[in-house]
Amino acid sequence: MPTEGVWTYAVVESEGADSRISGLRGVSGEPVRAVTSTGLTAAVGTVGLDEFGEAGLRRNLEDLDWLAATARAHDAVISEMARFGPIVPMRMATVYLDDRRVSQLLEARHDDFVAALRHVTARAELGVKAHADPEVLAGGQDSAGRGAGAKMSGTAYLMRRRRALVANDEAFRIAAEHAVNIHAQLLRHAVDGKRKPASDRRLSDRTDWTVLNGTYLVNTSDVDEFRAAVAAVDRDIPGITLELTGPWPPYSFAGDVVNS
Amino acid sequence: MTEVLPADNNREVALVDLLDRVLAGGVVISGDITLSIADVDLVVISLRTLVSSVGALMDEVGIESPR
Repeated sequence: MPTEGVWTYAVVESEGADSRISGLRGVSGEPVRAVTSTGLTAAVGTVGLDEFGEAGLRRNLEDLDWLAATARAHDAVISEMARFGPIVPMRMATVYLDDRRVSQLLEARHDDFVAALRHVTARAELGVKAHADPEVLAGGQDSAGRGAGAKMSGTAYLMRRRRALVANDEAFRIAAEHAVNIHAQLLRHAVDGKRKPASDRRLSDRTDWTVLNGTYLVNTSDVDEFRAAVAAVDRDIPGITLELTGPWPPYSFAGDVVNS
Repeated sequence: MTEVLPADNNREVALVDLLDRVLAGGVVISGDITLSIADVDLVVISLRTLVSSVGALMDEVGIESPR
């Protein structure tokens, strides 16, 4: 039984690939190396199957420390390589039995990889999340009820409670509408964009609502313009706060060409 | 607006944003060993359940929460 496998990080054009890869260390601290075929180079590393084989992955992906360290190491290789040209990142935990299988992949999917590289050339991915503050968005609709003072009949209490629920629904509706508009507005400054499911609120430790978890493929030359658009939205809409991340390697877009 | 600065060697990226990309993005081609896509999705889902049920763990292990 084999004890070592080949972890794949990304695919790039062969030209200049060696200098992009040289000196990098991967998920198990191994030196990253090149597997080249038909003008394409896969950045790979040899990893132990006890840790990165099927059983190991299944076990380790549930371990938050391991997952965090491995995700960061995988991303560090890709991000470093992305600084020097277009790149197609592989999903984390794609492992082959040997280099020959990687070469076969490059040959079999050659045209898809080339198309994907072209799609992301001179472009970067930027993430934008919109967080909504329900109280600001519900704006004042609740204040009428507060004026009722300490003495309140059961009916008044129920009415106030009902108004608060309506206000909350209304705030959510407004927030959702803002999210649609913000996404449309940002798309005007991007080549492509997509809305992803919002992260679990408990995971992000926020009390406000994440109403947009968007990610955008932006021409490198338009990144400043995109940032300005994000800042403008953030400033202009009360109750909505935007969070910008990136530039990222094109994780969310390179796959569209190859996976289809 | 909060902004996470551009990529560099020491960038501090919220784990949740990173996982959103390295586990849900990237090119998906089954390797020889990789869990099937459905399996990976399952793993991510169970991971999310795990993480969300122990929110405090995030601080404990020193993982940055998104700002």
